[in-house]
Amino acid sequence: MSATGLQTIALCKNFGALKVSNNIDFRLQAGARHALIGPNGAGKTTFVNLVTGVLRPSSGQLLLDGDDITALPQAQRVKRGLVRTFQITALFRKLCVLENVVLAISERDGIGGDFLRPAGWHRAAIEEAYDILEVMGLAEDALRPITELAYGRQRMVEIALALALKPSVLLLDEPAAGVPESESVTIIEAIERLPERIAVLFIEHDMELVFRVAQRITVLVQGAVLVEGTPAEIAADPRVREVYLGEGRH
Amino acid sequence: MSHLTPSADRRAADIAAFSRRHRFHWFEALPWLIAVAAYFMFPNYLALGSQILAIILFALSVDLVLGYAGIVTLGHAAFFGVGAYTAGILAANGWGEPISGLLAAAVAAACIGLASGWIILRTTGLTLLMQTLVVAAMLYELANKAYRFTGGADGLQGMSVWPIFGTFRFDMFGNTAYFYCLVVLFFGWLVVRNTVNSSFGRSLTGIRENVGRMHAIGAPVAQRRLVVYALSAALAGIAGALTAQTAQFVGLNVLNLERSGTILVMLIIGGIGRLYGAFIGVPLYMIAQDRFAEADPTYWYFWIGLAMVFIVVFLRGGIFGVVERLLARSRKQ
Repeated sequence: MSATGLQTIALCKNFGALKVSNNIDFRLQAGARHALIGPNGAGKTTFVNLVTGVLRPSSGQLLLDGDDITALPQAQRVKRGLVRTFQITALFRKLCVLENVVLAISERDGIGGDFLRPAGWHRAAIEEAYDILEVMGLAEDALRPITELAYGRQRMVEIALALALKPSVLLLDEPAAGVPESESVTIIEAIERLPERIAVLFIEHDMELVFRVAQRITVLVQGAVLVEGTPAEIAADPRVREVYLGEGRH
Repeated sequence: MSHLTPSADRRAADIAAFSRRHRFHWFEALPWLIAVAAYFMFPNYLALGSQILAIILFALSVDLVLGYAGIVTLGHAAFFGVGAYTAGILAANGWGEPISGLLAAAVAAACIGLASGWIILRTTGLTLLMQTLVVAAMLYELANKAYRFTGGADGLQGMSVWPIFGTFRFDMFGNTAYFYCLVVLFFGWLVVRNTVNSSFGRSLTGIRENVGRMHAIGAPVAQRRLVVYALSAALAGIAGALTAQTAQFVGLNVLNLERSGTILVMLIIGGIGRLYGAFIGVPLYMIAQDRFAEADPTYWYFWIGLAMVFIVVFLRGGIFGVVERLLARSRKQ
């Protein structure tokens, strides 16, 4: 049994009597490209919140590279390479793009608590941040505040921030949500270009993106795993068609 | 991706501009030049001047938590008061050495900041606001009841502050007090300036802008907030000690709600989160208060209130905010 990657064992989350996550057994192999889909209210974002430590599970277990991380706080999980992006863009809006990424790198390298030296002296962190902006095609906006960027560009900064943390497991919560089609191509390409060593789990409603990028797909319905398989298997599965056709295609 | 990558020149220029933001600008010398000029121009107002300088330091400490870390507080007088009483009680009981008095005040205020912050900083927003208020109110009552040490409502009498470094006596014209406050403010300002420009300070701005994201990039948010709260408390304590030592008296008013409130008003007038708002708002408010109180002793608060309404409605971001916008506009043209 391979011990790398992310695994959940019988993960449950109840809000009162409501079972938002119901016995989820899930495994994300190292280097995987895995999509999590399901109708609205299926508990996809709750699942991400459980995995990243924003929420505590009611029961069940979380393993990262074979180690139990169920009790670890959010910041500790990030330090171990478990990183997320947000469905609704969550950036430091008044700060410039470069500063956003520098903040992430500073925390990763443990210089975020340095209150003696000016931030500008940590040259290596700034250079590395700029490298990431160049890879993501964001360098021309380096010194512009987030508020001045188009929404599609802001989604790219979301991914840049996550990349800056050198994740081994990356959770993308609807990376292309709210982005006009003309710009979503750039985001899809950015996801395809992510380094292979990173295991990527993405939640997405955009089926084009899902079937283009994912090697495996898990379908979540009412908090429980309905089925998991390759894109071809999922596309052919009658239960999946029922869920989506029954509710009207997203 | 090479077609999207700007030239190496652009990269070098961007990085240079970004990493030089902490350097000193010529305009940062202005407040200090004005302060020295004021000493020669208004020799009869040195007592007011010393008060203004001490309160600027207090405002800086509030700006650090409120403007940078986004911690709302309506109880910062707690730390100002603890500092004032620490220096005052020391000087009234046979230890009048001023510099060590300041340090003792800083340590005492920082300890109160750590202890109270450890409890109340688990909350945010209005809840936190209420709790800061409660901490200050509790200390106020404590000082009121412990009259044996504090003099209670009569105030702390009999302070004897020794000459600075054993040479510079506090004279009755306030010459020494003025420069003492100016030098201490200068060092306090250096500390605050260095802090907000450090990686730690930048992470505070991150916490203010988006706490959820700071958690998501792995920052120990609670620890950072506590550290800056204690640092701010220490600075507020020094400001309180300065007031006590220069006035040679400590009254209960160092701890009251009005002090916590007016310091916010002064900071809002000048501009929050800008480091220089304190240098504009505090003198403006205190000089206006002095003038209004002389011209209209009964209703001077009304005029302050009217000015506040005007500032909130027309001068968004305080006076410094307006200056920034004007500068930005002239740069564009």
